Amino acid sequence: MAQKYELKSKEVWDGNMAAAHALRQAQVDVVAAYPITPSTPIVQNYAQFLADGYVDGEFVMVESEHSAMSACVGAAAAGGRVATATSSQGYALMVEVLYQASGMRLPIVMTVVNRALASPLNIHGDHSDLYLGRDAGWIHLIANNPQEAYDMTLCAFKIAEDERVRLPVTTNQDGFLVSHTAQVVKPLQDEDAYKFIGEYKPLNPMLDTKNPVTYGAQTEEEWHFEHKANQHKALMDSPAVIKEVFDEFEKISGRKYNLVETYKLDDADIALVLMGSAYETAILAVDKAREEGIKVGLLMPRVFRPFPYNEVAEKLKNVKAVAALDRSAPMGTTGALYNEVAGALAANGQSAIMTNYIYGLGGRDTTVEHILDVIKETNENAKAGKRVTDLQGFINLRGPKLSFN
Amino acid sequence: MLQIRWHSRAGQGAVTGAKALADVMARTGKYVQAYSVYGAEKRGAPMTAYDKIDDKPILDHSKWMIPDYVLVIDPSLVFQEEIVENTTDDTVFIVTSHLDKDDLLAMAKHLQGKKVYVIDAIKISQEEIGRAIPNTPMLGAFIKVSEIIPFEDFLVSIEDILSKFPKKIIEGNLRAIKRAYEEVK
Repeated sequence: MAQKYELKSKEVWDGNMAAAHALRQAQVDVVAAYPITPSTPIVQNYAQFLADGYVDGEFVMVESEHSAMSACVGAAAAGGRVATATSSQGYALMVEVLYQASGMRLPIVMTVVNRALASPLNIHGDHSDLYLGRDAGWIHLIANNPQEAYDMTLCAFKIAEDERVRLPVTTNQDGFLVSHTAQVVKPLQDEDAYKFIGEYKPLNPMLDTKNPVTYGAQTEEEWHFEHKANQHKALMDSPAVIKEVFDEFEKISGRKYNLVETYKLDDADIALVLMGSAYETAILAVDKAREEGIKVGLLMPRVFRPFPYNEVAEKLKNVKAVAALDRSAPMGTTGALYNEVAGALAANGQSAIMTNYIYGLGGRDTTVEHILDVIKETNENAKAGKRVTDLQGFINLRGPKLSFN
Repeated sequence: MLQIRWHSRAGQGAVTGAKALADVMARTGKYVQAYSVYGAEKRGAPMTAYDKIDDKPILDHSKWMIPDYVLVIDPSLVFQEEIVENTTDDTVFIVTSHLDKDDLLAMAKHLQGKKVYVIDAIKISQEEIGRAIPNTPMLGAFIKVSEIIPFEDFLVSIEDILSKFPKKIIEGNLRAIKRAYEEVK
């Protein structure tokens, strides 16, 4: 029986420590992982908890991230609660198996510390890995600070394992800006956290040898489509469960999460849409802009997949102009968040003027002043009643101004 | 918001020092951020660490700051002009050096006209802890200069934060902190 870990009501944890404690409190049966910067301390801390007697489960060291996710798939199919952590190149190496995990409807939780993808090699934060896994059939939750990294990881288990969902979930936090930044975190006590997540309920476990089952079967043109449509429906239906879990979490923690988070959007003329730690930096920019008389608000999809397009459109129905900020190289088109928001507005007959900004690649600093500039440009579009700024701009990029129209 | 920038070499404990200070201040009810700017650095490479301390939650996740305090825990970095970047006339510098202040300022011209305090944190850590890990003596000097919290309260918190270490290490660090508190000038 694992020892109880003494926690203070307020701890000073970075995002990695916060995620590691959430994994410990979930009493995971199997963690299989191959450490990679900047998520290494999640695995390192977890291994330390295990060595110190705070964890009962198995920690499996493997030879690559492909093997890590493969071991997770095996352990989850066997009937255990399973988790791992990764970043960047490790995430990329896992991609093949990410699709296997979701296709087999295995409720694995992966704490992702978002990092740029090579080449050139870079260890710092951007959303390239999150975007790479976008279509892998996982639920993707976004955390903006260490407290949220902890909270989202606890919620992830409960969402993933709900019998109406049974899908894998990632929790995402920005490399270094969250993962290596120590802030005040108010943890739940071990028993409260575990009670919230609940006992793991195996569904069709392979170790139940009296009821043999098949995982990862072959289906060709006669059934593949139905399986994939079924899987997609599970994702599309999951927001109801996500909302329930967030509501229940609020009851025990006092912290309220939503499918779509907003800041000062109710009376706003213009809106910025962005995800991750920069959302919090943007809150300060909004406050400054409002002192200058610009009525601006913010929106963030807390859940990137399934993308809450109708909620996004509803929240943006009164704004005249929207800037979507993507922290990933768009490589040949507008950024993914721009595309999602534009699609959401179009689907609901809305026609706010839309622009796209690329920012923060490879950890490039994005300050309150940078975001204030975006707010001012977006306000120009609202005032003109048409787009007078570039379709795609680049924030804090060195060299001559780069833009596309 | 109080903002502090540490200049260090990787391996000297600036990250640990920044996190310890954040932990101490969080125990007084403050909100904190402690982080560092990492390169793909090796042990010995110059690096910076940061503390932000405020009465309300800290939302700014950018790395940029105008520090109120600059803490230099490596004696050679005192001579690098980077330590005065983004500082104001009010920024307070607490630097590690075996030189006295006048001799130091004669050589480190970028510090002339600045508010400078000197502590030999390397010597203190070598003598009291047995290793050149100048982070905790720097904290002792910082508490003296900043008067941010009563020294007795600081000692209670830091002893608890160090409690995972062996008794000998804890006692050495406490001696180093107390000595730096007395010797900074």
